[in-house]
Amino acid sequence: MTAILQPIGRAFLGGLEAAGKLALFSISAVVNCVRPPFYPRLILRQMIDIGYYSLPVVGLVAVFTGMVLALQSYTGFARFSAESAIPNVVVISITRELGPVLTALMVAGRIGSAMAAEVGTMRVTEQIDALTTLSTNPMKYLVAPRLIAGLTMLPLLVLVADVIGVFGGYIVSVYKLDFNAESYIRNTWDFMEPLDVVSGLVKAGVFGFLVALLGCYHGYHSRGGAQGVGAATTNAVSIAFILIFICNYAITEMFFSR
Amino acid sequence: MTAPTPKISIRGLYKAFGPKKVLNGIDLDIAPGESLIVIGGSGTGKSVMIKCVLGLIEPDAGSIKVDGEEVVGMPAHKRERIMRKFGMLFQGAALFDSLRVWENVAFGLIEGRGVERRQAKDIALRKLAAVGLGSEVGELWPAELSGGMQKRVALARAIATEPEIIFFDEPTTGLDPIMGDVINNLIKKCVGELGATTLSITHDMVSARRIADRIAMIFEGRIIWSGPVSSIDSSGSPYVEQFIHGLAEGPIQMPVHPL
Repeated sequence: MTAILQPIGRAFLGGLEAAGKLALFSISAVVNCVRPPFYPRLILRQMIDIGYYSLPVVGLVAVFTGMVLALQSYTGFARFSAESAIPNVVVISITRELGPVLTALMVAGRIGSAMAAEVGTMRVTEQIDALTTLSTNPMKYLVAPRLIAGLTMLPLLVLVADVIGVFGGYIVSVYKLDFNAESYIRNTWDFMEPLDVVSGLVKAGVFGFLVALLGCYHGYHSRGGAQGVGAATTNAVSIAFILIFICNYAITEMFFSR
Repeated sequence: MTAPTPKISIRGLYKAFGPKKVLNGIDLDIAPGESLIVIGGSGTGKSVMIKCVLGLIEPDAGSIKVDGEEVVGMPAHKRERIMRKFGMLFQGAALFDSLRVWENVAFGLIEGRGVERRQAKDIALRKLAAVGLGSEVGELWPAELSGGMQKRVALARAIATEPEIIFFDEPTTGLDPIMGDVINNLIKKCVGELGATTLSITHDMVSARRIADRIAMIFEGRIIWSGPVSSIDSSGSPYVEQFIHGLAEGPIQMPVHPL
């Protein structure tokens, strides 16, 4: 019996310890985001990395998601002669769920991994220790700019993804399914509520914070050379993916549960 | 007449990582302006000791005083003031990949002291010249430099803020003998000009003899011998004898198993 319970207990305690370390790191990171000194140059650089350079991949994912959504909805709804609901389905799906979640997953893959690798390499090559010896707090210099950029850029990216995703649905509906362009746009606009977009943007802010936090956390605590940096990168991305889905449910519940 | 307060005073320093005891009661004083070298084999706790002094690792027990001020357990905001006294040359140079060479050298001035960028660049280029590197090197990226040049840039960065205390972690490791000697000469010259107190760790005896006023030997997490550099060859310690002559036979045994 002990042989069975011991590893379970050890894993449970290990999980609690990891959660505690992450919580302490998060508190320290947030405190360092709001206390001077600030590094506007670094924040801007991270914003460009996260926001501007993610635009192509986010745009492509969004446009094809919108197109597939319109096509699939049509094949399903045609059975009930409910094709007119397609603009509504596209806009509500994109703004509430697919825009924020898919954008966050793309950014987690692209940026979360890069953050973990960059900060992790700095850790194992003693660059983070060097920052400390040069009277610079690594949490302020490395972590805070990434968190601020993640928190602010994800909502902007999601806003762009929302527009492009809806446009993808429009292209398929108008040019392939012979919808009237004007009525498609009017239906989309009439059906969409501010809460649909706002909930998506709130999700995006939370996801952006999580992706940056996990990238920095795993990089900051990486050990043991290239293998350690590789493990940090994998953990940063896989845990970010899981937390994105868990938080997505929690925020959806918060906004839309009755 | 009372003895001057040591620049750094370490008493009963202990540090363990899990079951492995790395520091086992270090006692060490470094006088102002002194150049102390700590020698010892790999894994004997040299780097951990330096990192404890710098606050990069929290010791399990013991006292570290800098200019008579206790730094163990000191809050982060107070430690930042103490950190301004330090410069450090890391074993692998630890240059920031994302910054140009001059920005690396000027980093402590810009971020740590709030010096304006243009003025910091002038100082950085002067420091690079002091270690034998031209201004054109300042515009390169660290990845474009050879190992010896990286060490020289790291030395320029360590002295850029003109710190009172400089630590050198294996300053000549991985360099050819000529470049090693260049680095030793530069360390001696720069430290001499600054009048700084230095603590270096190395297992390169040529380097130790060249830059030390005093040598201390660490073994199994304790200082087992210390004395002036001139007395190293007549230390009377079999551990020191074995180490400085690089002998496999002696009281320091390596766990080597037959093939």
